Amino acid sequence: MPDASSSPSAVGSAPAPLVTNTAPITGATIELENLTKRYPGNANPSVDSVSMEIGAGETVILVGPSGCGKSTTLRMINRLIEPSSGRIRINGEDVTDIDPVKLRRRIGYAIQSSGLFPHLTVAENIAQVPKMIGWGRQRIKDRVEEMLDLVGLDPREFHDRYPRRLSGGQQQRVGVARALAADPPVLLMDEPFGAVDPITRDHLQDELIRLQHELHKTIVFVTHDFDEAIKLGDRIAVLREQSHIAQFDTPEAILTNPADDFVSGFVGAGAALKRLNLTRVRDVGVADFPAVDVDEPLQNLLDRFRTGGANEILLLDRRSRPYKWLRRGDLSRARGSLARAGALVSHTVSVDATLRDALEAVLTDNGGRVAVTGRRGEYVGVVDMETLLNSVHELLEADRLTALEHREELAGIQESQQHQRAVLEGDPDATGGGAPGGGASGGGAPVGGAGGERPYSSAPGGDPPDPHGTTGWRP
Amino acid sequence: MNFWDYVSSRQDQLVSDTFQHASAVFQCMVVAVVLGVGIGALTYRSDRAGRIATLATGTVLTIPSYALLGLLIPVLGLGVPPTVTALVLYALLPIVRNSVVGLRGVDPALVDAARGIGMTGAARLLRVELPIAWPTILTGIRVSTQMSMGILAIAAYASGPGLGNEIFSGIAGLGSANALNEVVAGTVGIVLLAFVFDAALVLLGRLTVSAGIRA
Repeated sequence: MPDASSSPSAVGSAPAPLVTNTAPITGATIELENLTKRYPGNANPSVDSVSMEIGAGETVILVGPSGCGKSTTLRMINRLIEPSSGRIRINGEDVTDIDPVKLRRRIGYAIQSSGLFPHLTVAENIAQVPKMIGWGRQRIKDRVEEMLDLVGLDPREFHDRYPRRLSGGQQQRVGVARALAADPPVLLMDEPFGAVDPITRDHLQDELIRLQHELHKTIVFVTHDFDEAIKLGDRIAVLREQSHIAQFDTPEAILTNPADDFVSGFVGAGAALKRLNLTRVRDVGVADFPAVDVDEPLQNLLDRFRTGGANEILLLDRRSRPYKWLRRGDLSRARGSLARAGALVSHTVSVDATLRDALEAVLTDNGGRVAVTGRRGEYVGVVDMETLLNSVHELLEADRLTALEHREELAGIQESQQHQRAVLEGDPDATGGGAPGGGASGGGAPVGGAGGERPYSSAPGGDPPDPHGTTGWRP
Repeated sequence: MNFWDYVSSRQDQLVSDTFQHASAVFQCMVVAVVLGVGIGALTYRSDRAGRIATLATGTVLTIPSYALLGLLIPVLGLGVPPTVTALVLYALLPIVRNSVVGLRGVDPALVDAARGIGMTGAARLLRVELPIAWPTILTGIRVSTQMSMGILAIAAYASGPGLGNEIFSGIAGLGSANALNEVVAGTVGIVLLAFVFDAALVLLGRLTVSAGIRA
């Protein structure tokens, strides 16, 4: 099956955790070493000896049930909560004992309720950190404009607004702009999208992905929403109580190979559908579609229909954003008036949207296709049911092969281990008896057998070489 | 002699008393605001200290003003010193209490954000907490100012400045020709001054409360 076997390398041959394209990485590494937080009067520590290494430019999601200490762990990184013991290193520098105020100015911080200062304008909010670290007036002013632009808010419109005159989503954008204003290498986000409605949250997530593509910060992101974790994370740390790491791996690996019942419980049902969240529209073929500028003379349009053989044309507005679907005959029905002809474009998806979003959009669109837009909303192409079906097919096929491969490897390892044990202990019955029962997902035989708990894992299966193990659907 | 004749014949004295009254209240309020907001800012972060501060200033308020002046005269003598002391002490409670309440009422998420972006404790207080608590503090200042207007009238008992002298001399000479006129002139003057000061404070609020948090 040449198709399927070639697809993984075609879709993404990058080694999963660390980054993606050639833009310079501005992030810093973060190392947590046996980080522990005890509160007086509590027998058990709230966070118990977390160790974690986060690569520069990596987005790591801490996910877990409420009260598992994920937020506390995050807030120990910028020492809003002082760790009781353990070390924090950023870019190799031990920051456990430096002045916390200086530390925090080098780390962006965005929180759930946006935390914008209500008595300051949007511009003043964003300018806070640059002001504190002593930037010049003009530099701050330019930076504020730049940041507003970056998070997709028109500086002229929003510069002087007060936070209460912003929607929840806009506030969150400004919150992110403020966190990034002084260009910190590290960004901590504590359930930043937890308080906005689902649609806005989706948009904000897309925005964050776009941002991260441009900036390559090191992001540590706390959420209790596993779908959000899958969508945003290069790697996900699934935490159980006291911040014990149940699994720390790529989204793909966690979906195909949950470490134990706790993790598979957290992954939940519908892993195949969730898989669609891991591939972005830009990674599948975006079909070309005849598109015409709205300013073009009517005659050219008619010619496109007549000689180009097109049944449908996408009309673009002056900023080349998708504007109207125009079918053959629409124009004559509207008696040549472009204003009345055709159907307005109601749905678009960005190139950074996931296949799941695209599928959703295609399913709801009555024409069965949806226009794809670029970073600034400009038209890029069209995705239809056929494109989607083909790519999903390829994905699932590759997925199946990888899972099979994985299982064989695991079985091989287990067999040889059991053989060794049997030989060592002289127990002939051991062979073949011990494989623990199936598990929730296809490739989901619990890894490594003994102990169950894996305090700090990299790829599932640890040592065995598996080129496709952390499989790359990732860009 | 009717009231208007009285007012025009004693114009100079009345203007001077009114001016002194206004000036005394203004100066005492400046001192009380500095002290009160200072005490509030020093105590709001601790549960205990905040309680002690409001309790102490509250206790002062329960002492009748007449009695307090009587207690202060042997220590500070007559005239301005006991007047200013009494006025400042009485003005403290609303300001301290509103400062503590206002500063504590700042959304914890904002405090978290302020710390998280690397503000020092002082910067957090000056740039975030005080501006947000300011409308509440200003309400306390307005209440204090109104109270001070009335209490200063009593201070004439300790030979303090202001329109209280009109009222006192009127009461002392009750039955004589201008007694009632004196009392009315003093009282009306204080009421008018109170209106003017309140209007000025409202204006101050307009100018100093950020448009982002104005009600």
